Amino acid sequence: MAELSSNLLYIAFIIYLIATAVFAMSLSDKKGNEKAAYTRKWGRIGYGLSILGFISQLGYFVTRWIASGHAPVSNLFEFTTFFGMMMVFAFILLYGIYRTNALGVFAMPIALLVIAYGSMFPRDIAPLIPALQSDWLKIHVTTAALGEGILSISFVAGFIYLIRMVDQTVSSKKTKMIEIIMYLLLCVLGFVLVSAISSAAGYETKFDWTDKKDQKTELTYNVPALVGPPNGTQADNHFGPLLNAPSWMNGEEAPKKFNTFIWSLLTGGVLYGIIRLILRKRIAAAIQPKLKNLKPDLVDEISYRSVAIGFPVFTLGALIFAMIWAQQAWTRFWGWDPKEVWALITFLFYAAYLHFRLSRGWHGEKSAWLCVIGFVIIMFNLVAVNLVISGLHSYA
Amino acid sequence: MRYEGSAVRSQTYNKTFIDKIWNFFSSVKVGIGIIIVILVAAAIGTIFPQEMYIPPNVDPTTYYKQEYGTPGQIFYLLGFHNLYGSWWFLLLLAALGISLIIVSIDRGVPLYRALKHQRVTRHESFMKRQRLFAVSDHGISFEQVKKVLLGKRYKIKEDNGNILAEKNRFSRWGPYVNHTGLIIFLIGAMLRFFPGMYTDQTLWIREGETAAIPGTKTDEGQYYAKNHKFVMELYNKKDKQFSNALNQVNNEVPKNYQSNVTLYHADPSHVVGEAPQLKKVKDAKIKVNEPLAFGDYALYQVDFKLNEFHRMNLKLEKKSTGKSFGEIKINLFNPKSEYNLGNGYKVKMIEYFPNFKLDEDGQPATENSVPDNPAFVFKMFTPETPKGETAFIGIRKNVEAGKNKYKMTFSGLETKNVSALTVKKDRTLPIIIVGGIIFMLGVVQGLYWNHRRIWIQQKNGQLWIAAHTNKNWFGLKKEMQAISQESGLVMPVDQSDEKSA
Ligand code: HEM
Repeated sequence: MAELSSNLLYIAFIIYLIATAVFAMSLSDKKGNEKAAYTRKWGRIGYGLSILGFISQLGYFVTRWIASGHAPVSNLFEFTTFFGMMMVFAFILLYGIYRTNALGVFAMPIALLVIAYGSMFPRDIAPLIPALQSDWLKIHVTTAALGEGILSISFVAGFIYLIRMVDQTVSSKKTKMIEIIMYLLLCVLGFVLVSAISSAAGYETKFDWTDKKDQKTELTYNVPALVGPPNGTQADNHFGPLLNAPSWMNGEEAPKKFNTFIWSLLTGGVLYGIIRLILRKRIAAAIQPKLKNLKPDLVDEISYRSVAIGFPVFTLGALIFAMIWAQQAWTRFWGWDPKEVWALITFLFYAAYLHFRLSRGWHGEKSAWLCVIGFVIIMFNLVAVNLVISGLHSYA
Repeated sequence: MRYEGSAVRSQTYNKTFIDKIWNFFSSVKVGIGIIIVILVAAAIGTIFPQEMYIPPNVDPTTYYKQEYGTPGQIFYLLGFHNLYGSWWFLLLLAALGISLIIVSIDRGVPLYRALKHQRVTRHESFMKRQRLFAVSDHGISFEQVKKVLLGKRYKIKEDNGNILAEKNRFSRWGPYVNHTGLIIFLIGAMLRFFPGMYTDQTLWIREGETAAIPGTKTDEGQYYAKNHKFVMELYNKKDKQFSNALNQVNNEVPKNYQSNVTLYHADPSHVVGEAPQLKKVKDAKIKVNEPLAFGDYALYQVDFKLNEFHRMNLKLEKKSTGKSFGEIKINLFNPKSEYNLGNGYKVKMIEYFPNFKLDEDGQPATENSVPDNPAFVFKMFTPETPKGETAFIGIRKNVEAGKNKYKMTFSGLETKNVSALTVKKDRTLPIIIVGGIIFMLGVVQGLYWNHRRIWIQQKNGQLWIAAHTNKNWFGLKKEMQAISQESGLVMPVDQSDEKSA
């Protein structure tokens, strides 16, 4: 069962990849009537593939649930891939309403990146510790992930709006920001590539070092060490660290995470550089002509609509259900633990977005930038809060 | 448009001090400002752990600097280590509440008036101002239009051959409903600070022990709990399903923490000093995630201590022969001062240190009364040594005053598990739940439905059509397209498209 499960995830991944390519193809340069038919046809195929991939991933989810005996949303791998699945689901929902192919061109690869990122964490089926043994856990986590998935589509649509609308003839702060987002997305790809290649090669290098609690421990890097732990010594003669992490970076596995982080930034940089060399212009500038038939109003509306749909779902899952569970598990519905606080921040941010938009008339570009920030907050909660600011939520 | 010409208080008065405050808090700009300040402050508060999450026995004045250097010190000095309980954070939440109340009154009342008295026949300029608008020379059948509109669940009002079709007006109340929910929620959260609303205490209770549950004493009596057993189960590393994951970690992975208890209730005793009459309420297994609820209270499994020393056995032996003259059993929570072994053999306990340590002067002392590291000063009496021999005995410690003929040796240890149960009473919960439900209903009401209106008017032999929605113009346009197809009405033009094109 566990094997079937991981195969289904793998198949879903491949189908999503094909769907992305099909959606990209559907943005053709053809003219007139022919174009409309062409776009419709390939859009439909892409949409069908997305649904097929989603069903396959749903199969992964169900079989893994059966194999482990609990909803597979209890560690970083499970949660992150589920979040990716919810992004796909949200995309399916919104494409169903608005039929915009460009949405698929961006939503699918971003969901793919999320799933690939999640797959780099330990994938073994683990049992639940007592605090996680509650029906409210699965209700809370799945609803919260669904809410975040729908909210992410508002970023996708907002990002498309920005690529479509920001003047690319001159370099400006805005074009730079858009390129930075492109670069960061490529860094995630970089992280996936480096982790996957190293793990396929079975790479390992070990350090002896003294950690925060003044304990001598061994730290195993799974990617080559660019940055070693502060005052540690490498225990083998693999490629050695070029420099050591600063001394305050002594938390559990902190230097290792930092090293992987540096690798991601570097690989992202290399990928970005290669793409720029090929395109000979900013990435967004290369994409922009493909979007010229897209009505900016429509993407703006999609972006807003995703928030309108996602905000209540997120509130229900990430705050209300979370509070009910916390009241049962930890005796209090709210304890200001970092994960809770970041859910609240996400909530407040989108509340601010709605007020900017509905009361102060922030449409179009301003609204799109807000959606970008919202996604950064969601990602921060997923990545940084789990890996850096660890709280009671014992993921990873 | 939003309040349809009804006067909004904040835009009418701006004279007195109260007007100024009113206007300040009713401004959406200010409201968003408050939200963002709370958001940013909350985010900064997560950079380093809050005071309640740092180890309990460290001094926060030095901890933050030591652990996190200068940034940590700044964090501490600015009060972010206890952000969420600080007066200024609470003040921000209060400002949010006030703003919500004022904005709801300021806009809610005029909106109510405006929606209550909608005119069907509108002025030309009103029609022209609408984003979706068209004028057509074709006459059409009003009956057909009405049928189509009714089919789309519009409510229709007619006046002088003009039509106002409206639907989902209730969604306009979404913001007011959700804000009301938030206000109730905030009030609920503040009520916690009133006496009698909230109890949060922890009870450490040993196996076999019966204890009064703190914070449950009322005029009707008090609850007691007896801890029969604390159970800890671990996952089996050989368990096939999970073995891969379990073998990745060095530690054991816990499966269950559980206290088997009996809950008792006792009526208030009338005689001072009389033992309470316990009446059994129920047996329960309290697990993490499965608290025991009774009355206003809930009892949670929160912590435990395994194998706490409970009883220690020692034998009196003669050193030269190793012969034993009997065993004493010391209840570490309630030791006797003298243990008589018969035949003239006895042991007196001169001093007892349940949790032994050496104090600053190097003198024996005890950390607290929990027997984690028991130590004793005994005086041993035998027929051979009637004056008694003194010895200091602790775990792996044995100090004698002079040269003794007899000694005490460990012969057994009995341990017990201890459960930590937290008892909670939170009378604010119902208010908070009601607030939460109202909030959810309000957001769904406001965001999943839209207030749509269509005006169809006959002016100078022409047909004027205008349509408005408070949000989701795409949806309205799609609906107008369907309506015009089915009824022959001309499709209004989106005037904002024309402007941007
Ligand atoms: C965390 C706090 C808040 C939340 C979660 C919140 C939530 C919302 C939501 C979801 C909407 C849109 C609802 C809809 O259109 O159906 C809304 C609208 C609105 N909110 Fe808030 N709100 C908050 C605080 C405030 C504050 C402090 C103010 C004070 C100025 C305010 C003023 C408004 C106004 C004026 C509207 C628009 C009403 C209209 O369209 O007529 N909100 N709020």
